[in-house]
Amino acid sequence: MDLGSNNDANIKAKALAEVLERYAGTEGALIPILQEAQEIYGYLPGEVMREIARKLKIPFSQVYGVATFYTQFHLKPRGRNIIRVCQGTACHVRGGARLLEAISAALGIGKNETTADGRFTLETVACLGSCGLAPVMMINEETYGRLAPEKIPAILEKY
Amino acid sequence: MQDLKEWRETLQQQSHRGDRPSLTVGMSTCGQAAGGAKVMAALEEEIARRGLQVDISQTSCIGMCYAEPIVEVALPGKPRVFYGDVTPERVPTLVEKHVLQGEPVREWALIQLSGEATPYEGIPVMPGSTYYGRQVRVVTSRLGLTNPESLEEYIATGGYEALEKVLGQMTPEQVIEEIKISGLRGRGGAGFPTGLKWSFTRQAPGDKKYVVCNADEGDPGAFMDRSVLEGDPFSVIEGMTIAAYAIGADEGYIYCRAEYPLAIKRLKMAIAAAGEKGLLGRDILGTGFNFDLHIKAGAGAFVCGEETALLASIEGRQGMPRVRPPFPAQQGLWGKPTNINNVETYANVPFIIKNGGQWFASMGTEKSKGTKVFCLTGKIKKTGLIEVPMGITLREIIFDIAGGIQDDKQFKAVQIGGPSGGCLPEDKLDLPVDYESLTAAGAIMGSGGMVVMDENTCMVDVARFFLNFTQAESCGKCTPCREGTKRMLEILTRICEGEGRMEDLDTLETLARVVKNTALCGLGQTCPNPILSTLQYFRHEYEAHIKDKRCPAHVCQALLVYTIDAGKCTGCGACARACPAGAISGEKKQPHRIDPALCIKCGSCMEKCKFGAISRL
Ligand SMILES: Cc1cc2nc3c(=O)[nH]c(=O)nc-3n(C[C@H](O)[C@H](O)[C@H](O)COP(=O)(O)O)c2cc1C
Ligand code: FES
Repeated sequence: MDLGSNNDANIKAKALAEVLERYAGTEGALIPILQEAQEIYGYLPGEVMREIARKLKIPFSQVYGVATFYTQFHLKPRGRNIIRVCQGTACHVRGGARLLEAISAALGIGKNETTADGRFTLETVACLGSCGLAPVMMINEETYGRLAPEKIPAILEKY
Repeated sequence: MQDLKEWRETLQQQSHRGDRPSLTVGMSTCGQAAGGAKVMAALEEEIARRGLQVDISQTSCIGMCYAEPIVEVALPGKPRVFYGDVTPERVPTLVEKHVLQGEPVREWALIQLSGEATPYEGIPVMPGSTYYGRQVRVVTSRLGLTNPESLEEYIATGGYEALEKVLGQMTPEQVIEEIKISGLRGRGGAGFPTGLKWSFTRQAPGDKKYVVCNADEGDPGAFMDRSVLEGDPFSVIEGMTIAAYAIGADEGYIYCRAEYPLAIKRLKMAIAAAGEKGLLGRDILGTGFNFDLHIKAGAGAFVCGEETALLASIEGRQGMPRVRPPFPAQQGLWGKPTNINNVETYANVPFIIKNGGQWFASMGTEKSKGTKVFCLTGKIKKTGLIEVPMGITLREIIFDIAGGIQDDKQFKAVQIGGPSGGCLPEDKLDLPVDYESLTAAGAIMGSGGMVVMDENTCMVDVARFFLNFTQAESCGKCTPCREGTKRMLEILTRICEGEGRMEDLDTLETLARVVKNTALCGLGQTCPNPILSTLQYFRHEYEAHIKDKRCPAHVCQALLVYTIDAGKCTGCGACARACPAGAISGEKKQPHRIDPALCIKCGSCMEKCKFGAISRL
C-alpha cells in the first residue's frame, strides 16, 4: 500500500503513535482514535486500522465494524477538498437536488466520487444545521448558504 | 460561593458595553454561511481606516436567519440597533451615519433593543416587533445578545445563580421536586417528564452515575440545539451540573454531532472556562460537590440520536439501539444508571430553578408546559429560530411570526418532527402546538423542526424523500425496519416514476402499520409517519401519480412533459443550446420542438426561454 513518501509516512506514523499513546487506557476511545487517525491520513488505510486494533488489543473486525458503521469514516483516499451538499428536508424543498446535479455536472463526478486530479470529492450530508439559508453546502470547514446552480462555478474556482 | 456573588455584582456594575460604541456581528454557523466573516472584515477595515475607538465583537444567532448577516450597532447610552442583510458595501455608510453621526440608518434596521434608553423613532422595538411579539425567549434569551464565549457575560446576565441556589439551599430531592412542579418534558422528541426521569436515576441503586446530554440533533431541518450550544453553551453546562447534583452523578458527557464544529469548539471553551473558575470539576463552589464533563463528537449516524445507540457510541461501539427495558436510568453508560436529556431540556433547567417551577408551569397548556424552540424553514418568508409558548397555533407561527409563504404562493403543508413526524395540511393550521395535539393529528412534536411546503412541493416526493433517509439510516439490526423501509421506498419510488398501481396504496399502508408496531427502536416505529400522514391528507396526489400519470406539483421528473408553444417561440435557439440531451431541434427563426424520447426533463430549456414559450405539464 502506498502511504505517501517514506518521510511523509514516518511523520504520519509518529502522529498516530502519539494519538494511541494519549488515549492509552481511556475507556471508549476507539471512535476518537479513528477520528484523529483519519485527520492524519485523510482516510483510514487498512494498515492503520490493523495498527489501532493491535494497540487497543481488540479484534480487527471490531475496528472495521465501527469504521464502516459511521458515515464519517472513509476507507478510501479522498480529494484535497471535500464538498458536502446538503440533502436535508429544508434544502430538498428549496432545490437541494438540483444543486447537487449542478455540482456533479460541473465536476464531472457523481456522489462519493473524486475528480481525477484529486482536487474535489463530492459527498452529500443529511443536514448541516443551516437550514434557514437552504440550499446549503460545505466545502471543507466553510459553509455556503442561499445557493443556486449559477453560483457554483465561481465558488469552485476558489479551491 | 460568596466570591461568585461578588464577582457577579462587579461584572454587572462594569456593564460589558462600556463608554465606547460597539459593533457586533452574528457569527454562528448560519451567520458565517451568509457571509458574516466578510462583513466582520469590512467593519474592521473601516474602523481602522478611520482610526476610530470602537469595540468589535461577535455574537451568535439572534434567530432571524432570513436577514443574516446581522450586525448590531450600539452607542453608549443608546438603544442597540440590529441591521439585517448587511453587506461589505453597506459598511461605510453604517459607520458614517450611525457610529459617527449618531443617526441609525432606518431603512436597513430590523429592530432595536432599547433597555433603559429612549428608543429611536421609526425602528420596531424588539419584544413588540411582529417577529418577536409572539415569542417568549427563555432558553434563547441570550442568543445573539451576548458573547457566548464569555463566562463573564453569562454570569453578569444571571448565569450560575441557579447552581448557587441549588448547592447552597436545596437538597437533591427538592431540586427534582421543583423540576416536577415545572412540568418540563423532554425536548428531544418523546416528551417524557424530566423530573420523573431524574427521580428514576436518583433512586437507581449504585454509587457511580452519569448524566449525558443528547446533542446529536440528527433531524434534517432542525438546528435548535446547534443554536443553543453555539449561542449559550454555559446554560447547557449549568443545567447538566444541576442534574448531576440532583441524581447523584459526578461525571457527564455531551454527545455532539461532528457536523457542528463550532458548537464543539464553544463547548470546549466553555467547559475549560467554567473549570478554571471552580464551576466544574472538583469541589464546585467550595461545597465538596464534584462534576467532570467531557465532550464526545459523533461520527455521522442518525440512529445515534436514539438514547441506547448513543450510549453504545460513547462506549466506542457501533451505535445500534437495544431493547428497553432496562432503561438508561437503570443501566446506561457502562452499565451504570444514566440520565440522558436533550440540549434544550438541560438549557431550561437553570431558568426553572431561578424563577421557580410555578413560573415555568404558568406558560403553555395543561399538559405541555413552558416554551419550545422551533426552526422555521422551507418555503417561508422569514426562516429562522423562534421560541414560543406551548399551545400557540401553527397558523400564528407560520403566518404571524414568519410572515407566510415565500413569494405569496399557496401554503400546502407543514412537516413537523422530521423523519419521525408528519405533514399537516391547511385545515390543521389552527391546531395548538402541544405534544398531544400534534400526535393526534399524525405528526409529532419532535425536536422542533418545521419545514413549510408550498404548492410546488410534491407530497409523494416528500414521503419518498423521508423513506430514502430512514432506509439509509436504518442500522439493520431488526428485520421490520431493515426490510420494511426498503419495500416502502421501492413502492414510493415506483409511484414517483409513474409505474405505481392503485393496490400499492393498500400495501404501503399495511406495511407502514406493521413496521410501526414491530420495529425495535423509535427510528423504525416512527419512520412510517411521513407516509401515513401524506396518505391521510394528500391521497389525491398519490392518485394523480398513479391514475393520471401526473405530478400535480411538477416535481417528479419522470412524469413531466415539456412542450414548446409554436405561437410564442421565436426560434432564437436558446433552449436548444441549453439542452444537455440534444433533444431540441428547429431551424433558426422557426418554432423549435422537443423530442420526448430524448428529453431528460431537467427544465434547463424552460429557464432559458425569454418568451414563456415552454410549458411543463
Ligand atoms: C431514531 C431516533 C433519533 C433520535 N434523535 C435524537 C436527537 O437527535 N436528539 C435528541 O435529543 N433526542 C433524540 N432522540 C430521542 C432520544 O432517544 C431520547 O428520548 C432523548 O434524548 C431523551 O431526552 P429528553 O427526555 O430530554 O427529550 C431520538 C430517538 C430516536 C428513536
Ligand atoms: S436541511 Fe440543509 S442545512 Fe438543514
